[in-house]
Amino acid sequence: MKPRHARLALIALGLAALAGATALVLNAFQSNLVFFFSPSDVHQGKAPVDRVFRIGGLVQEGSVQREPDGLTTRFVVTDTARVIPAVYTGILPDLFAEGKGVVADGKLGSDGLFKAERVLAKHDENYMPPEAAHALEKAKEAGKTLKPY
Amino acid sequence: MIPEIGTFALICSLLLALIQGVLPLAGAQCGRLAWMAVARPAAWGQFSFTLVAYGCLVYAFLSNDFTVINVASNSYSELPAFYRITATWGSHEGSLLFWALILAGWTVAVAAFSRALPLEMVARVLGVMGLISVGFLSLLLLTSSPFLRQFPGPAEGSDLNPLLQDWGMIVHPPMLYMGYVGFAVAFAFAVAALLSGRLDAAWARWSRPWTTVAWAFLTFGVALGSWWAYRELGWGGWWFWDPVENASFMPWLAGTALMHSLAVAEKRGAFKAWTVLLALLTFSLSLLGTFLVRSGVLSSVHAFAVDPERGAYILGFMVVVVGGSLALFAWRAPRMIAGGAFTWFSRESLLLANNVVLMASVAAVLLGTLYPLFIDALGLGKLSVGPPYFNAVFVPLITPALFLMGVGPLVRWKGDSLPDVTVRLRWALGVSVATGLLLPLTHEGYKPWAALGLAVSMWIALTVVIAFRERVKSLRQLASLPRAFWGMHLAHLGLAVGVAGITMVVNYEQELDVRMNVGDQAQMAGYTLTFMGVEQVEGPNFRATRGSVVVKEDGDKQFVLRPEKRIYDASGSVMTEAAVRPSAFSDLYVSLGEPLNAELTTWAVRLYYKPFVNWLWLGALLMVVGGFLAAFDRRYRVAARERAAAGAAAAQGA
Repeated sequence: MKPRHARLALIALGLAALAGATALVLNAFQSNLVFFFSPSDVHQGKAPVDRVFRIGGLVQEGSVQREPDGLTTRFVVTDTARVIPAVYTGILPDLFAEGKGVVADGKLGSDGLFKAERVLAKHDENYMPPEAAHALEKAKEAGKTLKPY
Repeated sequence: MIPEIGTFALICSLLLALIQGVLPLAGAQCGRLAWMAVARPAAWGQFSFTLVAYGCLVYAFLSNDFTVINVASNSYSELPAFYRITATWGSHEGSLLFWALILAGWTVAVAAFSRALPLEMVARVLGVMGLISVGFLSLLLLTSSPFLRQFPGPAEGSDLNPLLQDWGMIVHPPMLYMGYVGFAVAFAFAVAALLSGRLDAAWARWSRPWTTVAWAFLTFGVALGSWWAYRELGWGGWWFWDPVENASFMPWLAGTALMHSLAVAEKRGAFKAWTVLLALLTFSLSLLGTFLVRSGVLSSVHAFAVDPERGAYILGFMVVVVGGSLALFAWRAPRMIAGGAFTWFSRESLLLANNVVLMASVAAVLLGTLYPLFIDALGLGKLSVGPPYFNAVFVPLITPALFLMGVGPLVRWKGDSLPDVTVRLRWALGVSVATGLLLPLTHEGYKPWAALGLAVSMWIALTVVIAFRERVKSLRQLASLPRAFWGMHLAHLGLAVGVAGITMVVNYEQELDVRMNVGDQAQMAGYTLTFMGVEQVEGPNFRATRGSVVVKEDGDKQFVLRPEKRIYDASGSVMTEAAVRPSAFSDLYVSLGEPLNAELTTWAVRLYYKPFVNWLWLGALLMVVGGFLAAFDRRYRVAARERAAAGAAAAQGA
């Protein structure tokens, strides 16, 4: 093989690898984007069914309940305008508490219950997860205030 | 008074960096020896003043001077003294100063160990590093001074983030920064070469050991970060594909590619333009990492918009460095002459494949890391890219590279015969395929991914064995092998060990969240764990609830694990301290969840069995040792001495 041919072959190989990588990336990318929705968004039916998405807001005061097995926790996520009931089985992060910000990944059941697969933890007392802060901000902008449910 | 001395020292340091960045470069351009000679003393001066500034910050932390805002918000009078020292790099301001100090340190290292280099080259390299210093020092002084004061100071500080109060976090940032900033040397060499137009094998030989050392430090830093996350975050994960982790992983991948293409540039004179481009990209990715972690853009794009000064400054600096160096590249690169030719099956082509795969991985990780930021910045909504994306992309990309990695070192430069190499490697191929097929049978449930991972790991290890067998005919020869040979194969073996560890822990780890009363038992991986209840203990700056879990192995051997739940006095933060029983082949890992009753007799407890997880860090350690061995190969020094001698002879003759 002449050097020129060899170089062409290498370039072709590189392009093929690049094309393969691009295909891989785009395929994986599409199926693994986790979109964020606030409780208000979920009420408006914007959240997908049968696909994992992320929800954020505050854990409503007085809403945390433990099932008898001790590991399943029911709580309510609020953006001060709307609420979404949620359930999680497993050990919650240290900073999970009523009145604090929370962000969770999971799926919405047909009964309107959010089944959290992962509750995200950030280790800082004063830290508000950006998604939770965003949800509250949006609810505030929408001009809705806290109503009794 | 001391903090003001610190500020003053920083200003002096900035002025010296300006001199170091301007005069030598100008001198090299118009051939003025006196201007070029300024580079070394200016570098030393800049380093000394930065060191003084750093000393002032350490003093402020040690003496609990809470009038210094940085001390008040990151320290606490009851904090143990060594954590007060490490707290100096725990904050944004302190870590930037630390960055500047390490950069100055690398600069004087270049100044001290470059006696064999032509003065013009030294002047250019130190000049470029001086300009980088100017960027960081002015960022510090203009937007992020660690010496700002408040009067009256608070009586007590608000404590260092408890997560950072750990041995792993003491060593992790310095190592990581040594790596990040070390690539500045490779960058400076590349820019100097572009400026001078002399891109030859000598250039590659000069920048090679520096790059390898930086890479070894970065490897150590990334591994330490992973080890820290494993022990401190309380849920036993060792890699999350978190943007902060990706920020350090991207320069590592690019640096790995750079190290390998430098080998081709030095030995064969090929890939020169590509190598220069990689050097520019690697340091750019290091800067990007610093920007991502330090500008606050990750926690929220809006935080960045609210306090835009810092972020905008780093972003602007990045644009100047990346844009400027790429423009220089575009202008100068076409002048470079192509190097030695090679055929499609040669060490060059295999290293090229390595480079292509590594850079494709960088691109994939970069996309996953930056895409959510762009979408957010454009106001198109919020989303995140989950770890499954990275796994789905990274594993298939890197697996063929791992296979080729075994072949590469056994193939000759310029060209080799595929049938010959196949014959040399056939038993290794057979054994690794057999390993992949058979070894997973020893564990429950046959997993194809485990088979693939183990086969690849065995393959790399066996090719290392072959390389030694072909090279060494008697044991005596073993001692006389060059360090570069040892280094390369040790590092490759380290990757094999790491791949084995990752494969085992990902496929065979066991996790159990259980509710445990005092006296309750749980079974896991042949261990019987009994929860014995909790007690209250006092730490220096925290109170802890400490549980005891008695673990019985199959026989009558037993040991106690003591996981803790800590509440830190100053911040009120709650921290989970996992208890880990490490061993060569598996870890047993216990952490406390939350109490399930008021008497604290029932707890949610998290149990993990992590097979071979320590191999991951052992592998990384082998890579680090390999990197240092290769960087200190004798040929670099011998070549340097010869050049110095030749230089001296020429000077005498003149």
